[in-house]
Amino acid sequence: MDIHFTADQPSVEEKAAVDQELGSPETSWDGGRRDVQSDGRVSFGGHDAGSHRHKLLPTLHAVQARIGWISPGAINYISLRLGLPPAEVYGVASFYHLFSLAERPPVVAHVCEDIACMTRGSEEICSKLESTLGPAGKACMVGKAAWLRSPCLGLCERAPAAMVSTSGKSPRERVLAPATAEGVEQLLRDGVDGRLPVEPDELSVKASVPQAASPNLVLLRRVGKASGTSLDEYRKTSGYEALRKAIEMGAEAVVREVIDSKLLGRGGAAFPTGKKWEALMNQRKQGRPHYVICNADESEPGTFKDRVVMEGDPFAVLEGMTIAAVATGAQKGYIYLRGEYPFAAERLTHAIHAARKAGLLGEDILGRGLRFDIELRRGAGAYICGEETALFNSIEGYRGEPRNKPPFPTVAGLFRQPTSVNNVETLVNVPEIIRMGGAAYAKIGAGNSAGYRLWCVCGHVARPGVYETPFGGTLRELIQMAGGVAGNGRLQAVLLGGAAGAFVAPKELDVPLTFEGTRAIGATLGSGVVMLFDDSVDLRKILLRIAQFFRDETCGQCVPCRVGVVRQQETLERLVARKPLGTAGTEVRMLREMGQAMRDASICGLGQTASSALESALNRWSLFS
Amino acid sequence: MSDLAPKALIPVPRGPVPEAPPPRKRAMMELKIDGQTVSVPEGSTILDAAKKLGIDTPTLCFLDTLTPVNVCRVCVVELEGSRTLVPACSRKAEPGMSIKTDSERVRLSRRLVLEFLASSVDVSTAPQFPGYLKRYAADPERFGAKTETVKQPVKVDNDLYVRDYSKCILCYKCVEACGVDAQNTFAIAVAGRGFAAHISTEFDTPLTDSACVYCGNCIGVCPTGALMFKSEYEMRQAGTWDESRQTQADTICPYCGVGCDLTVHQQDGKIVKITSPLDHSVTHGNLCIKGRFGYRFVEVEAKPKK
Ligand SMILES: Cc1cc2nc3c(=O)[nH]c(=O)nc-3n(C[C@H](O)[C@H](O)[C@H](O)COP(=O)(O)O)c2cc1C
Ligand code: SF4
Ligand code: SF4
Ligand code: FES
Ligand code: FES
Repeated sequence: MDIHFTADQPSVEEKAAVDQELGSPETSWDGGRRDVQSDGRVSFGGHDAGSHRHKLLPTLHAVQARIGWISPGAINYISLRLGLPPAEVYGVASFYHLFSLAERPPVVAHVCEDIACMTRGSEEICSKLESTLGPAGKACMVGKAAWLRSPCLGLCERAPAAMVSTSGKSPRERVLAPATAEGVEQLLRDGVDGRLPVEPDELSVKASVPQAASPNLVLLRRVGKASGTSLDEYRKTSGYEALRKAIEMGAEAVVREVIDSKLLGRGGAAFPTGKKWEALMNQRKQGRPHYVICNADESEPGTFKDRVVMEGDPFAVLEGMTIAAVATGAQKGYIYLRGEYPFAAERLTHAIHAARKAGLLGEDILGRGLRFDIELRRGAGAYICGEETALFNSIEGYRGEPRNKPPFPTVAGLFRQPTSVNNVETLVNVPEIIRMGGAAYAKIGAGNSAGYRLWCVCGHVARPGVYETPFGGTLRELIQMAGGVAGNGRLQAVLLGGAAGAFVAPKELDVPLTFEGTRAIGATLGSGVVMLFDDSVDLRKILLRIAQFFRDETCGQCVPCRVGVVRQQETLERLVARKPLGTAGTEVRMLREMGQAMRDASICGLGQTASSALESALNRWSLFS
Repeated sequence: MSDLAPKALIPVPRGPVPEAPPPRKRAMMELKIDGQTVSVPEGSTILDAAKKLGIDTPTLCFLDTLTPVNVCRVCVVELEGSRTLVPACSRKAEPGMSIKTDSERVRLSRRLVLEFLASSVDVSTAPQFPGYLKRYAADPERFGAKTETVKQPVKVDNDLYVRDYSKCILCYKCVEACGVDAQNTFAIAVAGRGFAAHISTEFDTPLTDSACVYCGNCIGVCPTGALMFKSEYEMRQAGTWDESRQTQADTICPYCGVGCDLTVHQQDGKIVKITSPLDHSVTHGNLCIKGRFGYRFVEVEAKPKK
């Protein structure tokens, strides 16, 4: 391939940012100094020269963090260094919302305008900022800062939420939740003055884990304790016992225990984890590399459980992944973390380093000859990259567009090799399963919903936060546990499972929160979201925001979803404005038809569920007559 | 100089020219489509199997010569046991599959896909659309007049072809033809996201500053007329483009020794465009700038010299 560049040159800073990420270029072929003696006529690297594509996303991050935007010159230099066509690098960079391809101020506030924050005043914050700083996206504070509207930041228990980032030689990020307009302005000013605190956030168990004092917690028992930062403390609280045991048991036995435990994935699709691992284990003889991926992209509106676990108990995530490595034969693992989680990134990075130093990751884990290491990858603002095949493309340096299945990830996943993708919560269940045994774990819970579950309780609820229960309780019990309905106290609706989930009505509160129980009433547990709305909320506005979310987040690859989410949002807007084409009835019928086509013909789960919350509301209430 | 030159001689193989091994025999398998049993070789797609039964499946993003991207979803069929419909163009046939190609569900999805496209894209020069819209009784107007579309100014930045992305259905074919499936030039890629996703050079730079080599292979695969030879575009603008007055003649490209097959389209005694047959074993429909655009000498020569 003959790569062609436009005339745009990178600046010194841009070059430095790229070189810091990739190392200095070695020859003039990849952007180094021209030295006729050493590289006048030959290109070194061979096949290797074209195999760096997977470094693209981190390199784009490096430029964005240092400069605040990605210029044509920077795109050219990245392309040169990685041996990629600039058109493709541009195509990838323009896929992610955290990357700016137009010059942008160095200090940016992302202010959540999503549904949980809507119940806690995000609209007022945004309109206040509009009047003090000007419209979203426009430079303010003499061109040094800007604010943007953002989808859910995964801080819903502390809603309303915002995040400020500054670019430069030492880029910083700072989370603000609960946020006020004044608080956001102050943080922007601090950013402009270079006074943003180093620590991106602090974990407050009081705010995020209301059950923290309870002695019965299993998955959450360490959150907020010293074991979040200290490996020694983690080990003192039975940490890494399970890994030791798993290595002794061997792959077959580990897989058997996980199958026996009836553990179903907690990322939304509820697939048996043991089956996934077994599929990889059975392919070990083929000698292909295997991968395990921890899906920490958590961008479903209303979801924040994985964040709290990663911030509070990062070693448990690593231990779960390492046990997955024992079972699957993977030697390399990735954690794909959403870009808006700076504190989780810090905690995980620290934990990975500590584990490596202690011989719990690396060439010879626990001296038992196990080889496994973990790389942390940060997303860049794309909900769709949580879909497992889009996630592969994102890591590989392609646009985060889902792939058609089959082939399934267990056969052809990351780099087209057998891959197991597991949610954070799924993985932290694993050490418990190994310690207590699969059969014992399977007895916890109800029916086919075995074990423990984390719930993201938010919206109009007295004590929002992450809650842990064994499966089997009802929605009513969970709401009571969280202190009951807040706001004006009169419950109107509960959204289960997030934007891709379903609304349920107050008369359905006795539904058991199990996979089967929710399915029976046409709902879903999804990612464990339980979002309450009091009866002052205009549900139509919530539906509009959900429709807008899908419109913003569709990858745009397949027609039913790319155009469907736009037509759905337009139709809804007409209905809300009481200006239907024809009657409201014809419009609702059209919404149903569009929903069916999106569900039936879209490539991935995003398009397939983009109408589900809307349709669940249409099934329960007559909102538009 | 001479001691730097390689000493070894390049060995010339002796004996008869080796023959390509015979193609591996592919096992046959049976599946059921619309109640009829059909037998196809392993590796076939549902589309292949349906074709064998004479079932006409609509396709937009599929082309024999390109890797299926299965993004348009107009070819979806109902597969027993599958939660969703599946794309016929890329889904491999498996023994024992039971498929419906004309059920209510299939017709609804196909109709909606066509309505979505025709309501957001200018499909006036897309030859397949009128037939498809009629067949599925699609009514793109029902979304009203104030719907979002991809309408944008047409791009005329070079002398050979025109890009009118108001007509683009984002089938990815041009990107594949420019990239690994044919040309390996990578001048264009998909950029942006969601409804704003579009085909673009880096930073939307004009084609003349991009990696484009003007092979025109993207035009050859574009199903909508979004990419068009300038000759055709100008005649359409002037209202003189008339396919009923056109004839086509196949010939061999006069330039190099590869021997590409050219289809010369002419109208009123003038060449209006050059294409190549998709099923030709040398070109698979692809040409280079010379074969594709270097025909003006024919007209020049026809003028009397002074
Ligand atoms: C649009 C979309 C977004 C998703 N986002 C996530 C996510 O953020 N985290 C997650 O674990 N799974 C997410 N999933 C589900 C994954 O595709 C996959 O099923 C899951 O990570 C598997 O892990 P599990 O078996 O442990 O649940 C998403 C799926 C879709 C369709
Ligand atoms: S369903 Fe939507 S998000 Fe998924 S591949 Fe299609 S366009 Fe992309
Ligand atoms: S320009 Fe033509 S070939 Fe390219 S994506 Fe659009 S419709 Fe398809
Ligand atoms: S942080 Fe605002 S809705 Fe989740
Ligand atoms: S032709 Fe099959 S998806 Fe487009």
